[in-house]
Formats: sequence, structure tokens, C-alpha cells
Amino acid sequence: MTTTSPVSRPISDSRRRAAASVLTVEHLDVVYQVEPPVHAVKDVSLVLGRGEILGLAGESGCGKTTLAYAINRLHRPPAEVTHGSVTFHDREGPDLDLLALQKEDLRRFRWAKLSMVFQGAMNALNPVTSVRAQLDDVLTTHVPAMSRSARRARCTEVFELVGVDPGRLDSYPHELSGGMRQRVMIAMALLLNPQVMIMDEPTTALDVVVQRGILREILRLRQELGFSVIFITHDLPLLLELSDRIAIMLDGEIVEIASADEIYLRPQHPYTRKLLDAFPSLTGERGAFIRSGASSSRDQQPDVDSDPDGMDPR
Amino acid sequence: MTNLSPTTESIAEPPLQSGPGAGAAARRHPHVSGWRAMLPRWSPKLGFGLGLVTVIALFGVIGPIFVGDPSAINNIGLTPPGNGHLVGTTQTGQDVFAQLTHATRGSLKIGLLVGVMATALSAFFGIIGGYVGGVVDEAFSLFSNVMLVIPGLPLVIVISAFVPAAQRGSSMIAVILAITGWAASSRVLRAQTLSLRNRDYVAAARVAGEKPWRVVTVEILPNLLPVLASQFVFAVIFAILAEAGLSFLGLGASNSSTLGTMLYYAQNGFALQRGAWWWFVPPGAIIALFGCGLSLINFSIDEIINPKLRTEPRKRAARRGVAS
Amino acid sequence: MRYYGRKLAFYAVALWAAVTLNFFIPRLLPGNPVDILMAKLQQRGGSIDPSVRRTYELLLGSNSRESLWSQYVAYLGNTVHGNLGTSVSAFPAKVSDVIAQSLPWTIVLVGIATVISFVLGIVLGIVVGWRRGSWLDSLVPATTVLAAVPYFWLALILVALLSSTLHLFPIMGGYDVYFTPGLNWEFLRSAGYYGVLPALTIVVSSVGGWLLGMRNMMVSTTSEDYILTAEAKGLRPRRIMMRYAARNAVLPSVAGFAISLGFVVSGAIVTEQVFSYPGIGSKLLQAVQNNDYALMQGIFLVITVAVLGANLLVDLLYGIIDPRTRADS
Repeated sequence: MTTTSPVSRPISDSRRRAAASVLTVEHLDVVYQVEPPVHAVKDVSLVLGRGEILGLAGESGCGKTTLAYAINRLHRPPAEVTHGSVTFHDREGPDLDLLALQKEDLRRFRWAKLSMVFQGAMNALNPVTSVRAQLDDVLTTHVPAMSRSARRARCTEVFELVGVDPGRLDSYPHELSGGMRQRVMIAMALLLNPQVMIMDEPTTALDVVVQRGILREILRLRQELGFSVIFITHDLPLLLELSDRIAIMLDGEIVEIASADEIYLRPQHPYTRKLLDAFPSLTGERGAFIRSGASSSRDQQPDVDSDPDGMDPR
Repeated sequence: MTNLSPTTESIAEPPLQSGPGAGAAARRHPHVSGWRAMLPRWSPKLGFGLGLVTVIALFGVIGPIFVGDPSAINNIGLTPPGNGHLVGTTQTGQDVFAQLTHATRGSLKIGLLVGVMATALSAFFGIIGGYVGGVVDEAFSLFSNVMLVIPGLPLVIVISAFVPAAQRGSSMIAVILAITGWAASSRVLRAQTLSLRNRDYVAAARVAGEKPWRVVTVEILPNLLPVLASQFVFAVIFAILAEAGLSFLGLGASNSSTLGTMLYYAQNGFALQRGAWWWFVPPGAIIALFGCGLSLINFSIDEIINPKLRTEPRKRAARRGVAS
Repeated sequence: MRYYGRKLAFYAVALWAAVTLNFFIPRLLPGNPVDILMAKLQQRGGSIDPSVRRTYELLLGSNSRESLWSQYVAYLGNTVHGNLGTSVSAFPAKVSDVIAQSLPWTIVLVGIATVISFVLGIVLGIVVGWRRGSWLDSLVPATTVLAAVPYFWLALILVALLSSTLHLFPIMGGYDVYFTPGLNWEFLRSAGYYGVLPALTIVVSSVGGWLLGMRNMMVSTTSEDYILTAEAKGLRPRRIMMRYAARNAVLPSVAGFAISLGFVVSGAIVTEQVFSYPGIGSKLLQAVQNNDYALMQGIFLVITVAVLGANLLVDLLYGIIDPRTRADS
């Protein structure tokens, strides 16, 4: 919606990739500068396609959230980006080097081109102002020209998009259920028609029925509006259903990145296989997983090359 | 007039969960490294505060042994510092320095007495009420809220006025201050107890069948120690200041010498009007410095209670412009 | 709505407790105050009117056979009707008159000074807490020194400096006695002039507390998730500071303001002593020095009612600014 002023140096083959990809991360390193320093994100490179849903999976503490925050420069001291680049291929303008953007440009870029849906909408919404006021905030800041009635109409529109009754616009966050709050967060993220949405464990705190509803909304909205999604979660089976491609993260590195089908049918990295096996299967002998710890049929013989001692690299 | 209100009801997580990427450290059981993590972290503020408090405490405790008689009257009248009198003399020729040491001891005594009594009272009403819950909690909190809302100094004045002067010793004053000043602390303690009560390890202990008094002393109290310490410090500051105020109004301890009574005599002897700053300024300065030292210590304790107030140790300054 | 109901009920209970406390204190402590009072009254040339004696007995207790309960009921009746007895130190004025005449001075001076120090402290606290790590942080320990200073000591030193030495402000009094009290310009201006120094001392000694509390809350609040959301939304820093951080961080301070009103009143008493300001605090001290028990009790009651009332107002206000309290828990 808003045009950011042309700011940075174009990357050589960005023209070629412009139509196909929307975000390029190259050799990104993020370090927490404490005693001793913690290398949270190690040499991560990935490309996010336009309209693609990229899943980012891994256990707690592997660095997926740090990566997501660093892309949007939301990371706070003592976290520091020590190496690498993040490039945003704007549909409506030149490429943007996100790590080099000045404060004001960064502020205008945020939410308009790339928005976020945070985990546990419990505390992500301001508890003392109404939901409408928090949606209005975005509009009055980024589109000052918008009239009051136009803002009202837009808020109603996004609420209807996510399936929440617009009559709840004047409620306070604590008056809404967990599922509704998450939908409100998604609605808020849609306000400016961003090109990328980063979702950090948006359904972790919800029960499976509500979760399914929300995931369906996300798929439908992606279909309608064409934005890309980076979906962060520890729940790999969920990603298998939802995403186009999946990146597996371990200790700050991306150990495998492939299409969802490939990950499911032909996982290459031992850790990927371990993750897949960690979720009980609906088929097979009852008790086969928990009582005997047997791995799935996919993994009958151990991969000798990467695992010569028969012990997991973890 | 002080607003050192101990009413910050910051409900904090156990002190081990600060810092990013500290996953393993955070999962350690609270008791194993709990004790060391509960000590204040060293910082210049803490050092300065401890230094002030120690110096003044020593001054009050062992000072009186070394100085002359504080009530010895001389003919020299009001004299400035010098001539064998380190801080000058009062209008009746009494040595101000000697008086200071005795007065400091008197104030410290009252401060300590009130600190202990008020903290004990607030612990009783706050912790037990918070832990037991139900009607007891409602009753205790109602009582402490009422005590809190009734204005303190007027109440103390009225009580003191009805006690005949002969019986108004420093212990009586301490008791009066303690029973009117415990309420604010008990609210803080109750809030902390409520939050601790819902922690997993307490629930585990209760399910395992531990007796309530054991749960309180073994699981809850150790985690309340920082808050208790902080409230104790507040109580001492409050007591010394309140006693000073009372004495200034002429309602203080009738038989002992405290910094407050010194100020009273100085004011009545028209110290400031006669330019005798050495009589009037030091007692107040000692109170201020002692209170300041205690507050600085409280800052460090605050950082334990509320880890968000800490500044992380940096390896080098973070690069500007990268973090937004 | 339950929130408001609970608050009203609480303050009703507190009021009852204060009135009852007022009734019992003189009876619990040794001595026979009524006789002392009557003797003093005679000295001043008053007559021993049985109704006057009766009022005193209800206030202070007597050796008669009358049951405590019926004394209590009669005392309550008197109180509700505003019959607080006759003052001895300000004879022949009634207690209620003495109070009515001196109360406005205290309310105006202390009220204005407290509001100023609250607002100033909060604003400074927002600024210092938001820009964490700047040179402003070193201000914080300095304010604790101020807060630990005995108020009257600081006040007297300021008086010595500004009044006696520099002759900037008058040393004591509420107004220049040359002018007649009333709603005339000279009087009001004089009253304002005389009020500057007392108000200044109150502000200087209490700003620190508000600043510190607010700053701590700001520091706490800036690490909350909704601040991160606000930053991610690309909102302007000023807006985040005010609407997201400060708006949440100020809540405990508002709650604390209600509680501090009690301390404010205490401070007023000392202030008025230092400056010989003609407010209700100095009347209280005068009453104590003269064993004017009736006046003492009357003032205590009025002060308590005022503090409770102010507390109630602030609590109601808190219910408005924090919508979570209005939810039925």
C-alpha cells in the first residue's frame, strides 16, 4: 500500500528472481553477545517464493524464532546480526536490503510489506485498549489519509475475512477466547495487504479443533490474496499438511530444506528422520512406538554413512 | 512525605529464567542453584549502599564507647566545629559528636525493632492469608487494607497523645510504629505468595501430601526471602523516618536519645536561625545517608525479584543501527 | 459492576473501622481524659454544661455504669450529626467549626503539591524508563537520596537557604496577616506566595518515589509481548511509548497513588508545623499540646474520612482505566 523510498543496492540476479521469490536470506548469523556468546543462528540461507508457504520446524531453542525476528530486525540486544544479508524483493518497487534500512524506512516497511502473527496471542495484544483501537493504530500510522469511515470499513472487512464477528471490534483482548484472539492477530496482520506473513507458533496454545479452523483460514486467505507465509512451529506433521516447502532447523542451522512431499517420503538428514519418528503413527502395531521405541518402517536399516556408530548425532 | 512505598507488586518468575538461549539453565530445579542465584549480584550501587550502611551502623554501635558524655553541659555555649569538638556544641555546650553517636544508636535500635516486628506482622497476615486462601485470606486482606487506608501519622499521633509521657519510651514508640506500619508489606507478600502458590513445585509438594506448614517453610519461604528482605529494609527506613518525624513534633521517645530527638532539640534551640548548622544538619544527613544506603541495597534485591530490571553483562557494546 | 460494588463496600467498612477506632482508643489507654478536659474548660472560663460533659464522655469514656454499647450508639449518633464537641484550645469554638476553617488550607496546599509531584514524577519516570541505558539512568539513585531525607529536615534547610538567607520567600504563615481572608485578589495572591515554599518542599521530597516506581514499571513493560507487536506493526516510537508502554505501566502508580494519600496527609502535618501553616495539621498538633482531646479526635475523624473518600475516588478511576478489573472474575 505505501511505497517505501528506494533505498538500497540491487542484488545482481534479483531481476530474474523478482517474479518468483519475495525474500532472500543469505548466510545469516545471529549471536547473543553474552558471557559466553551464544551463536543462535548459524549461516542460514533460504529463499521464500511468492505465494509460497514455507514451514520452519525444529525443537525449542533451535533458533527459529531468533531467525524470524532477525529478518524483521525485531531482535533486541544482546542479540546481534554479525554476518549475512536479508533482501526483500518488493512487488511494487526495488529490492530492499532489510539489514541496512534506516529507522524511518524500516518503520514504514514493517507491516505494510511484511507482517507478523505472534505466538500466544494472550500477551501480544495491548490489554488496556480495545481491539478496534489496535487495528486503527496500524491504519492511522501507515495510511494517514484514510478517513474514519474508511478505517471502520477496513476493520470490518478483515474481521469478516478471518471469520470473527465485527461486533466484537470494541471488545478488550481479555474478553475474547484464545482462538478468537489468534484470529484477531491474523486479521490485524492482513490490514495492509502485506506480501509476507511470518507466523510464529500461532496455533501452539490452541486445541486441535480451533487449530484446524485457523489453518484452513490461512490456506484460504493465501489462495485469495497471494501472500507468502513463513510458518514457524515445532509440530512437523502440521507442516506436512500445510506447507509447500519445509526447512528443518537444528542448533541454529538449517539441516534440510525440501518440498513437503520430499521431507515426508525421502528425508535425507538423520535429524529429520528422528523428528518424523517422534510423532506416533496412526497405522502400525498398537504400542509399536511408545513401548518399544521402534522407528517407522521408512527407517529399517540405519544410514551407515552418516551414523557409523549406530548412535544418533543428537 | 517519603514515597518509598513498598507497594510494587511485581510478580516475578524464579530468578533462573533470565537470559536468552539459557534453555538448559532455566530448566534446572529451583533448589539446586537457588541459593546462589538469590544473592544480589555485585555492582557499584550495591557496594556503595553496603558501605554506607556498614559505616553508619558501626558509628552507632561502637561509636558511643569512644566518645565522651553526650549530656555533659559546658559553659561555652553554641560553638562551631573545632577546639576539641569535632562537630561543635549545642547551645548548652554539649558535644554534638558524642550526641550523634548515641543518637544514631538510638535510631538504629528503633529501626531494627520496628523492622523485625513489622515484617513479622506483615509476614503473618500476608503469607498465611495468601497461602491458606478462602475466608481467612479475605479476612486478613480486609484487615490489612483497612489498616493501610487509615492514615498512619494521625493515628500514631492520637495514640501517642493518649499515652502519658512517662510511659512513652522508645520501645513503646517502636510498638506503635510497628502496629501502624505493617499493612503495605503484607499486601506485597500476599501477592507474591499467591503467585508462588500456583507454581508447579508447590503443587507437586501438596499433591505429595506434605503438611501445609512444611510446604510454607520449605517451598514457599525460601523463594520469598528476597521479597522479605526488601520489605524489611523498607520497614527500617520507614521506622527511622517516622520516628524522626514524631520526635520533631514533640511526640517522640521521652527517655532516649535518637536522631529525631536531636533534631527536636536543635529546632527548639533555634539552631538554624542562629546559624548553628553543625547542630541541625548532621543528624538529618545521617538519616538521609543511611536511608540512601538501604535503598541502594534494595535496588539490588529488586533486581533479584524482577530479573527484567537487570542489565545483561555485555561482551562488547551492541552495534548501533542493527537493532531497531 | 461487581468491582465498584466491592470498592464501595470496602470503604464503608473502613469508615466504620475508623469511627470505631476513634471510639475505643481513649478508652483503652490509661487516664481519665474527661476530668482533665473539664478542668481545662473551667480554667478558660467555660461553664460545666451537662450536655458538654455528656458529649465528652461519649467521645472519651467515663466511669459511669452506662454500657459500652449504648455509649457507642450515642457516639455514632453524635458523629453523624456533626456534633464533635467543643474545643478547649480554641475555646469557645466548636470542634466542627475549627476544622471547617482550617481544612481548606490543607486541602489546597497539599492537594496541589501532591498532584504536581505525581504528574512530574510519572512523566519523568516515563522518559527515564523508556530510554533505558542513557545518562538519565544515573539520575535514579540520586532520587533515592532525596526520598530518604527526612522531609522536615529538608524543608527547614530550604527555609534557611531561601527564606532567611536569600529572602526569596516568607518563612512562615499562610498569608500576610495584613490582608483579610476572603475571595479577594490580594489575599489570594498572598496566600499563593506563601504557599510556594511549602509546596516546593513537598514536591522535591516526593517526586523521587513516583519517578522510581514509574521507571521500574516502564522497564518491566517494555519487555512485554505487546510492545514487540507494536514495534513489528511499524508504529512510531512515541506512540508505542505512550499508548502501549506508559498506558500499562502507569496502572500500579495510580493504584499506589490512592495508598499514598495517607502518607500525604501525614506529610501535611509536618509541613504545617515547619511553616506554621494554618491548616488542619497544625491544629492537630495544637490540640495535642493542649490536651484538647475532643479536637484531636474530631480532626482524626475528618482526616480519615477525607483520605478514605479520596482513595475511593482513585479506586473508581482505576476501574475505568484498567478494563480488566471490570471483568467479573
